[in-house]
This record gives sequence, structure tokens and C-alpha cells, in this order.
Amino acid sequence: MHIRLHTLNQSIRFILIQNRAGKTRLAKWYMQFDDDEKQKLIEEVHAVVTVRDAKHTNFVEFRNFKIIYRRYAGLYFCICVDVTDNNLAYLEGIHNFVEVLNEYFHNVCELDLVFNFYKVYTVVDEMFLAGEIRETSQTKVLKQLLMLQSLE
Amino acid sequence: MPAVSKGDGMRGLAVFISDIRNCKSKEAEIKRINKELANIRSKFKGDKALDGYSKKKYVCKLLFIFLLGHDIDFGHMEAVNLLSSNKYTEKQIGYLFISVLVNSNSELIRLINNAIKNDLSSRNPTFMCLALHCIANVGSREMAEAFAGEIPRILVAGDTMDSVKQSAALCLLRLYKASPDLVLMGEWTSRVVHLLNDQHMGVVTAAISLITCLSSKNPDEFKTCVSLAVSRLSRIVSSASTDLQDYTYYFVPAPWLSCKLLRLLQCYPPPEDGAVKGRLVECLETILNKAQEPPKSKKVQHSNAKNAILFEAISLIIHYDSEPNLLVRACNQLGQFLQHRETNLRYLALESMCTLASSEFSHEAVKTHIETVINALKTERDVSVRQRAADLLYAMCDRSNAKQIVAEMLSYLETADYSIREEMVLKVAILAEKYAVDYSWYVDTILNLIRIAGDYVSEEVWYRVIQIVINRDDVQGYAAKTVFEALQAPACHENMVKVGGYILGEFGNLIAGDPRSSPLVQFNLLHSKFHLCSVPTRALLLSAYIKFINLFPETKATIQEVLRSDSQIRNSDVELQQRAVEYLKLSSIASTDVLATVLEEMPPFPERESSILAKLKKKKGPGAVSVELEDGKERGELNGGGDRGGDAAIAASNASTPSPSADLLGLRSTAPASGATPSAGSLLVDVFSEAGPSATSAGVNDDGFLSSAPPTVASEDPAPPLPESDELLNKFVCKNNGVLFENQLLQIGIKSEYRQNLGRMYLFYGNKTSVQFVSFNTTVSCPGELQSQLNVQTKTVEPLVEGGAQVQQVINIECLTDFIDAPLLNIKFRYGGALQNISLKLPVTINKFFQPTEMAAADFFQRWKQLSQPQQEAQKIFKASHGMDTEVLKAKLLGLGTALLENVDPNPENYVCAGVIQTKAQQVGCLLRLEPNAQAQMYRLTLRSSKDTVSQRVCDLLAEQF
Repeated sequence: MHIRLHTLNQSIRFILIQNRAGKTRLAKWYMQFDDDEKQKLIEEVHAVVTVRDAKHTNFVEFRNFKIIYRRYAGLYFCICVDVTDNNLAYLEGIHNFVEVLNEYFHNVCELDLVFNFYKVYTVVDEMFLAGEIRETSQTKVLKQLLMLQSLE
Repeated sequence: MPAVSKGDGMRGLAVFISDIRNCKSKEAEIKRINKELANIRSKFKGDKALDGYSKKKYVCKLLFIFLLGHDIDFGHMEAVNLLSSNKYTEKQIGYLFISVLVNSNSELIRLINNAIKNDLSSRNPTFMCLALHCIANVGSREMAEAFAGEIPRILVAGDTMDSVKQSAALCLLRLYKASPDLVLMGEWTSRVVHLLNDQHMGVVTAAISLITCLSSKNPDEFKTCVSLAVSRLSRIVSSASTDLQDYTYYFVPAPWLSCKLLRLLQCYPPPEDGAVKGRLVECLETILNKAQEPPKSKKVQHSNAKNAILFEAISLIIHYDSEPNLLVRACNQLGQFLQHRETNLRYLALESMCTLASSEFSHEAVKTHIETVINALKTERDVSVRQRAADLLYAMCDRSNAKQIVAEMLSYLETADYSIREEMVLKVAILAEKYAVDYSWYVDTILNLIRIAGDYVSEEVWYRVIQIVINRDDVQGYAAKTVFEALQAPACHENMVKVGGYILGEFGNLIAGDPRSSPLVQFNLLHSKFHLCSVPTRALLLSAYIKFINLFPETKATIQEVLRSDSQIRNSDVELQQRAVEYLKLSSIASTDVLATVLEEMPPFPERESSILAKLKKKKGPGAVSVELEDGKERGELNGGGDRGGDAAIAASNASTPSPSADLLGLRSTAPASGATPSAGSLLVDVFSEAGPSATSAGVNDDGFLSSAPPTVASEDPAPPLPESDELLNKFVCKNNGVLFENQLLQIGIKSEYRQNLGRMYLFYGNKTSVQFVSFNTTVSCPGELQSQLNVQTKTVEPLVEGGAQVQQVINIECLTDFIDAPLLNIKFRYGGALQNISLKLPVTINKFFQPTEMAAADFFQRWKQLSQPQQEAQKIFKASHGMDTEVLKAKLLGLGTALLENVDPNPENYVCAGVIQTKAQQVGCLLRLEPNAQAQMYRLTLRSSKDTVSQRVCDLLAEQF
């Protein structure tokens, strides 16, 4: 048996969407942090991620965790996970989420996330819950969102 | 297609957000927000009842303001009101507000829980999901208390909608992580595991996270998930790219679920069932094969999804570490990725190969990629990729390639990023030591290291080079020569001066024959650096000088001159001044003989694990805390040897003797395992006084009469010990108080205390019935050779135990010498005419006579080494039968009676303990090391003591505790 002393309890610690100027467009926390800590993390993530260029990996070590991120136009989508978690699965998890947002908001742009911030939370909860991936089928998620939309 | 326009539904909100965005300054924004807050406050306080829509709008505005970073101190009540609306949008905003602004106001929590409860029982899947998401987002203990019982029911109920199941599974996971004690899976286990078979892939995707978490905590209870996971995986892997429809992502079938399945399997060893294992190996081979197939799409999403599965499969292969064929194939696959144009893949390949390098099956295969990895170290643009390359070089290093790898790392160090220099230095130092065939290469390497990256050379590194030079006389001359040359450089690092001062002070004589490095030249060279150095280095140099006086009498006058100068003898630093004064005096009054004795060459250091390695492990480890303890110790030894050996020796002897005033009672009572009752305090005080509490009880005067025992009872032979008596005994190895035995009639409780080789035990016999026990009689016996090992004395109990009453018995125990068996306790009484005859083992075990011994790391390892004869060691490797929680483990080890030594084992996951077993005949020192492997759910327990029977017995006893 190979000795690997780490927990397999993978989970997302937080999801952040930030623009290049550092404005937060979504912050979803799956760990207990107080407000100061959250602010500090937001700033640190921004500092770590924005200095990297396209030739760099989409992964960056961060404290005892790592950030998996991808940039879409002016927005950085960042997921903080354990260092042992599967990088590519989360990287595509981000893309899957972005594609859903794109369909839902019909060519999503930053302003959609600002004006509909309360709906973005619903999209997140459909796809990620308790720091885990809840649903990966874009069809299923969009169908559910459409149904909720009809309840407005 | 659903598409939403800007803020539809709540126009006021959109206007407000626009206003905020149009604010030209922070002040304007604050002004606008304050205006809005005032408006909302007046609406909430107003007489007119707000309709649901307005309430929703205002609560949503408050949330927006909060998310902008402003405090919100009202609106909670309105948000809670929204929860009971029957309109989805109102409910949703209410729940969102609660989830984001959790407030532990107990009054509100009650209301919130009430609303959640209503929604959970509404049978409306949308409302149920909202409620479940709120619980999953907040996850507070109050919520766990309220809903941990209900959610498993929802999860496994036949009529629950799929989307609700998904939410319920993850909601439960959140509650389990936050309050594991409140989530009892017991009866649900099997049905939860079978969710792996669910038709809906989304349900499987969600449930598997829950199952993985539960499995890693209770592998045995969930082990049926292995075969289910394998067959699910097999179905996905063998499906065509379109079979899974909604769950196919860029032509890859269910990539996330596949990864999760592969990860779940990493909670377990390879399947024992041949068929299951065969099927799994087939899956892994298919995944490896697919990596070689031409891509079905040029999109990066396709290759990422495919490779996500591939890397997870490789992790599983590495985890099993038992299939040489798969390991080598994995290695070849990663080798291809090392040269891939995608930086992500190069990075991941380097990372994954690092773990492959430590497998005996693939180590050689990994080594073939050395040139590529070295190239990556030199050319990668992303520092994190270079870091991985350095890690991999370190992992693949062995005797055959050490010189090449160390040379490459050294040359990389010259330009390495600051962020990774310190770690690189440690790695080079470790490799140089580990693979040094000739120690001159080692010395060269370390001195180079100091030259290139002196600032990053921590004390451990230069301590270590000195330890090694002192312990190996074949390298001392070379070291002296090399360090002398290195010191010639006009600007040399202070660490070089330290090493130089120390080594020349010890071995300068070995190069003094050469006129170019005559004693005076050596001294002048060292002293030329003196004034640029910090105080600790100067102190070290002063010690080197006094050693010079001993080594080379011809330098005495020069050095005395230096010591006598005002800058030394009147130095404002106390330490320097004291050294100067003392050394000057010592050199003037001590005879040559005395001087030679006092300043003798340093004795060899005890061999032990490299302190550098310990430091690297700490750096990498999660809980990287205090290295100070070890540092301090080392400093004491290294500098101490030269000048204040006395102190170091005293410190060492202090550390190695058990602290004389160790308060056994106090220590024991800190063990959380002990179920001490409030009365325990007074009990403890009395324990060693002559009269036990029972002496005060009525009926004690009848002792004489009772000891002649009723004939009816005496005529019966004691029953053989109960089959479970060994198990009962094991329960008390790490604790002293608790319930020893219980059946429908009788309960036996125990309290016990031990000091040195003496113990006193109180047994409490409780009559659980309403009828009296008659002819109640108990005896304690020591079978076989135990008679000569333990001295056990009991006082007789009253023959009558009223219904519902409790009687107490005191047992005094003296340990004469070490023992294995336990004394037997036989209880006989008549209940309603029928004779009850019960025999149990009294939980008196050898570890009860432990006296904890605190000691420092160096002492521990020295003693450990001393106890190296095979029969002195007992070892067991066994599967964990309980959770591996750190605090619980610690409590048990403390309960064992030994001292739990912190910061001793270089691996922070391990536990080491020390104690002395006190018997009348002798004292037996005992060392213990427990190495948990959380991944495999295994432990290795090693006991060493001066007596083989003791090692074995303590090992046997303790192995049953985890």
C-alpha cells in the first residue's frame, strides 16, 4: 500500500468571481470565515491570480490549498480546493458553470452578474452544494432554472 | 432557452444598483446607501403592512448593500417572514438572506428552523430544495440538532424527487462534517450505499461525495460500496461517448462522476474479490488506452475532461501500488505529458510522477525522464512548474544519479525564485547527506550551498554539516582545508564564518602544517571577519579562539591580546563580555593539562535522523509549528560543547530523568477518557489514606463474621470467566473509571487510582432490581503465576444488597513484578432463590503502573537505539477499528499512563510516548511509537523496553485500543 497521509474529503473551500480590478462579483464560502478573513482572502486571491499570464498553469498554490482558476474576458472564476484535489475536474467544473451562466443569461456579461446577483446564487446552488459538485448536466440544470424562472 | 433581462422582477432593485454604479466616489456611494437604508427602515417600521413583493425587494436591497461590504443590522425579521411566503421568489430571497447573513440570534434560529421544517414537510420539491440548501449553506449545530434525523429519511425515501435527493445527500454531508456526532447513519448505511446504483446520474454524483466522506471515516461499514463503485465505473468507462446524453461533456462520458468514483476507491485497499478486481483493472486499462486514442474533439474541454479521469485513475494505481504493469504504463503516459505543449499537463505530470517515484515498481521508469525534468527546471516559465520539477528531481534521486541531480539543483539555486530557495536548500542538503559516498563531496556541496544561497541556509543545515564532520574523522582534514579556502573570499556569508570558525577551532591543526594556513594565518583570517558578524557568530568565534589557544600555543599571546582589548572585555553584550573574560582567565591560569581537558575535541554526536529532514517534513506538513524546541536543543549541544558543556550536560540529564514531582493523580485526571464523577475529587484525596470510604459504612463490624462466608455459596465453584471478559478488560486499558459489567440484575462500576507500584480499586455493585440479593459474596483471585506477581487484598462486602442499592468494595493491589494475566473477580449471590455466579477479569493491567517520563527528542532516540535487541521490541501492524481522530488517539495514549512526547517524532502524524513501569522488583523503561496511516486505516505500533515480556504485553494491550 502506498502511504498517503491526507484526507480524501475533497471539497471546495470557496468560489470567487472577481473582475480584473478586484471587484467581487460572487463570493460563495463553504468554510467558516469571519468577515475580515473573507476580505483578506479575496484580496490575496486577486493578487495571486491576476499576475499570472496565459502561459501559466490554471492552478496556483495558495496557503495550504490551491486555487483553480480560469479567466473569461475580464472575469476570473476561482475555486479554492485541497492540494490533493483533481485540478482538471475543477477546471472543467468552472467551465461547465460558465456555460450554464452563458445559456441562462443569454451571453452572460459582468453586468448580468451584478444585476442578478441573487439569481447567480441559485445557479451556484444547483451545481455546487456543501462544497461538492451537485449536478453536472447542463441540460438538467437549465431545465430546473427555467422551471424556477416560471415561478417568478 | 431561458434568458433573463437585467433585474427583471424587481425594478426598484435594478434602479438602486444602477444608482450605486453611477456614484462617482466612495462618499457618494455611502450617501446613497444611507439614504436607502433610511428608506427601508421607515418602510419596515411603517404602520402600513408591507406586501410580500415589497418585503422581498427591500430584503434583497439590504443583501446587496451587505455584499458591497456594509454592515446590516436590521431586516432579519423581515427575511424570516419571507420564508413562510408561498411564493417561490419571496422564499428564495428570504433563504438567501439567511444563508449569507447567518445570525446566531437564538430567537431567530428557532423561527428559521420552524420555517425549514415546514418546507421540508411540504412535499413541494422546490421548497424542499430551498430548505435543504439553506441547511447546507449554514450547517450550524442547531440545524444539525433539528434536522440530522430527518434528512436521511428524505434521502432514501422511495418517493423523493431526484433533485431533492441530490440536495439531501450533500446537505447531510455538510451536517456530518460539522457535527459528526449528530448524524447517525447506522440504519441508513446500506440504502445510502445503494444510491451508487441510482438511475439518475445526478443523484449518484451528489451521493458519492457523501459516501466517500463516510467511507473514509468508517471504511468497514461502507465497504460494500467498493463493488458497486467498480461496476458503476465500468459501465461509464465502457459506454460510448453519446450513451450518457446529458452527462456527456465534450464527448467524454460523465467525467466528474468517474473522478469521484475513482476517488472513492482510494479510501480502500485493492478489492479482495477477484472478479471485482479484474473488472477494475480492466477499467483502468481502458482509461489508459483511451489516452492514446486520437481526440474526438480539438477543444481543450475535451482533453481536460478526459485527462481529469486519467489522472484520477493514475492516483488510484499509485494508491494500490501493487500492479507493476499499470504503474509502468502510468509512468510512460506521464512521460508523454512531460513534453506536452499544455502547461497544465506538464505541471500535473510532474506532480503525479513525484508520487510514482516512491513506488519500487516504477522508480526506475521515472528515472528515465531525468533529462526532461532537468530541462523543465531550467526552462519552464511558471515558477510553480519549476517547483514541481524540483520536487520530482528530489523524489527520483538515488545513489546512481545523486551527483547529477545535486549539481543541477545547485546551479538552479543561483537563479531560483526567492519563494522556493529555502526549500531547495534543504533538499540539496538532504540529498547530499543521504547519498554521500565520499564525504568530501558532501562538504563541498554544503559549502557551495552556503556560498550560493547563504541567506537561505537555515541553522539546521550548518549544524548538520558540523555534526557530520565531527563524526567522521576521514573528512575532517578536507573540511578544514575547504572551509579555509572558502573563507578567503572577500565577501563570504556569515553562515560560512560560523562553519569556518567551528571547524577550524576543532580541526585547524590538521592543515596547520602548510605555511599558507599556519595557525596565525588561520586566526587572522577568522578574525578579519569578526567585526562584520552578529553577536551569536562572534560568540562562536570567541570559542574558536580559546580552542586555538589549546591547539596552537604559539597563538596564545595574540589571542589573549584580542580578548583583552576593550572591545571584547568591555563589550556591551553580556554574553560576549563574559566569554572574553572567562576565556582570558582560563587561558592565563589553567595548566596545559587542564586546558587540554576542558577544550578537548568534541565527542561524536549521537547518530539520529537528520534534523534537516525533520525540518523539511515540517515545512511540507500541514501543521508546520514550532521547530524551536529542536533548534534550542541543537544549539545547546553544538555551541555548548566548546564552552559550556556543563550546562548542556545538566540540561540533558534533566530531560532524561522522570520529573520527580510528577503529579500522577493530576495527570491522570486530565485524561478525557476517565468518567470521573463530581465525587471523584474527594475520592482521590482518600485513595492512599489507610481507611477507605467503605470503612465508614455500616456493617463493617460484621467483617469477622462475614469472612467466614455462608456455606451455601462457598460450596459452589466460581464460574469460569465470561467469554466477553477479555473485551471488558480491554475497555479499561486506557481508562480507570467506568462500568465494568452490566446485566439485567447487576451493574458493576469501577474507580481506580495507581501510584508507583500500588493501586487501589473501588468496585461498586449495584442491584438493579427491586428485590434484595442475598448471600452476596465476591472473591478476587490471582490464578497461576500471577500469585507471585501481584499482591491483591480485598475487604469483604455485606451479604445483603437491597433492591436498588449499591455496595462498595475496596481492593488494594501491589505490583511485585511484571505480569500478563489479570486477577479474576467472582461474584455470587442469590436472586429470588437462584444462584448467580459470575466471573470477570479485573482490569488490572501492567500499564496501570506506568509513570510518565518526559524527555527530549535526542534522549528519546538515543534510548530507542539502546533498546535495539530484537527481543526488546514488540511490533504490531493492525487495521484501525475505530476512527483515527487525533484527539481521541492522544487521550488513549495519555490514558495508557505514558507521557505523550510532542515534537519528538519527525513525522508529526506519529505519536511517541515514554514511561517507566514501576514494580516492586524493578523499574522497566518503556518507549512507544504509534504510526497511523489514515489512508490505509492502519497502524503500526512499536514498543521497546528493557524487558521482552513487558514490550509484548503492552503492545498486545494497546493494539486492541485503536
